[in-house]
Amino acid sequence: MSSKILVVAEHDGAKLNASTLKAVACAAKVPGASIDVAVLAADASAVAQQAAAVTGVAKVVVVENPANQEPLAAVYAPQVAKLATAGGYTHVFGPSTTFGKDVMPRVAALLGVSQVSDVMAVEGSHVFKRPVYAGNAILTVEVPADAPVVATVRVASFEAAPLGGSAPIEKTSVDVALPGHTRFVSRSGATTGRPDLQAASRVVSGGRALGSADNFKLIYALADKIGAAVGASRAAVDAGYVPNDLQVGQTGKIIAPELYFAIGISGAIQHMTGIKDARTIVAINKDAEAPIFESADIGLVGDLFQIVPELEKALG
Amino acid sequence: MRRIMVGVKRVVDYNVRVRVKPDNTGVITEGVKMSINPFDEIALEEALRIKEKGLADEVVAVSIGPADTQQQLRTALAMGADRAILVQTDANLPPLSVAKVFHGIAQAEQPFLVLLGKQAIDEDNGQTAQMLAALLDRPQAVSCSKVEVTDGKATVTREVDAGLETLEIDLPAVLSVDLRLNEPRYVKLPDIMKAKKKPLDTKNLGDYGVTEGSPFKTVKVEPPPARSKGIMVKDVAELVGVLKQKGLV
Repeated sequence: MSSKILVVAEHDGAKLNASTLKAVACAAKVPGASIDVAVLAADASAVAQQAAAVTGVAKVVVVENPANQEPLAAVYAPQVAKLATAGGYTHVFGPSTTFGKDVMPRVAALLGVSQVSDVMAVEGSHVFKRPVYAGNAILTVEVPADAPVVATVRVASFEAAPLGGSAPIEKTSVDVALPGHTRFVSRSGATTGRPDLQAASRVVSGGRALGSADNFKLIYALADKIGAAVGASRAAVDAGYVPNDLQVGQTGKIIAPELYFAIGISGAIQHMTGIKDARTIVAINKDAEAPIFESADIGLVGDLFQIVPELEKALG
Repeated sequence: MRRIMVGVKRVVDYNVRVRVKPDNTGVITEGVKMSINPFDEIALEEALRIKEKGLADEVVAVSIGPADTQQQLRTALAMGADRAILVQTDANLPPLSVAKVFHGIAQAEQPFLVLLGKQAIDEDNGQTAQMLAALLDRPQAVSCSKVEVTDGKATVTREVDAGLETLEIDLPAVLSVDLRLNEPRYVKLPDIMKAKKKPLDTKNLGDYGVTEGSPFKTVKVEPPPARSKGIMVKDVAELVGVLKQKGLV
């Protein structure tokens, strides 16, 4: 049986988010899949071009509407649901980022199905693996073949689909009433010039042991030396050392870098959930009994305030 | 009556190290400490604070679960909820069924605000708030870290991957809450005594036209693959040596 999959693109109006390439990669694992990408935007020209270049994409479906300027779930979801029904899609995928987590369950409800959250592996067209209990158990779930499958894709579990394709772009309109009850006000985020935490191949994270926002400059300095993104434990975010968008873990970002430094992080299971797929974990902690050492590939016991500057110098 | 509805799920306690059953049908929940889902506690706390500011008259805690879920609802009442509704079932419902039950309760109770945790820490689905908002055809705000209720509207700040996003939404609305919204209060002994006298209604799934069972089939539940045991290094020089040898720096 062939599958027709609609992947909902995440973007900021100018740039396709890398999470979309992960969602396409997951879709490509579904046997016999034909993959279309839906771009909802006020002006989709730039993003549609980028989506068309993703290998494995058969067609880019574009819905331009001034109401699509910001990705409001209440506005996006009815359009995606309509596209899914009208296009006869068997699957609708989105990334399991804050964008997808917002929009996709609303799409699922409109299509009358529960969602498969955080797909980490595709076992068949209707069989998926996903983490539960903060990743302490892996559930294999089989969903009905006679209903649409709505899923979010755990981006850390898939390599980005490569570029090099040239899919046709098709503009369309959807005839559905859009609500005015939800209005975008503002978005604030640090534009740091550092690599994006979710896509970076190297990440340096700091924990509560840093002791202050000021001391976190040690983490930034090491990260900048090796071209890494900066992350943090929940404790460091809660203490106000760094903003919330740096949080790595069950309720923060789930990441899969090649190299991860956990500095002054004890290693609560909720944090470990966020880095399970990291290739190499380096832990630096003064407490030799810290649980982080059970999961680290390389451990170093000692005072981070001595070790981190020394390490930064040694990597110069 | 200006009413807030709060979802309360009974889950395996945050501090329990969850183990998979040897027959791979699920995780071990027998003899394990159960608690209110931590995100739901934050949702309840926010509802109570809104009421304490004089912006709501009543907070209703609702749950779906086995008879023992009364324990978690009594805790919610001790925290300050005015009354509770337990939709009693031993079935583990999929998110859409949960949203349908909550939809039925919302239609009966007519809350101006529904507050839910952004996810339950057992199945980590993170779907119910969004689905309920869809069924009600009302605004949603997911992962709220700040909520300000004004006349007929709310201004909410959400935690998103890029930082923080602020939305203005018309009420009624459904909000899911994130960790940094507030710190839930501790329950005091006199409140536990008082909570025993507060109303706790029991309903069943049929009252909301929802049936047990799920179209989703659990094929198996497995422990995650273990990471291989790592090595300890004695100093920075040795650490750098190992990283270089692995081609990582």
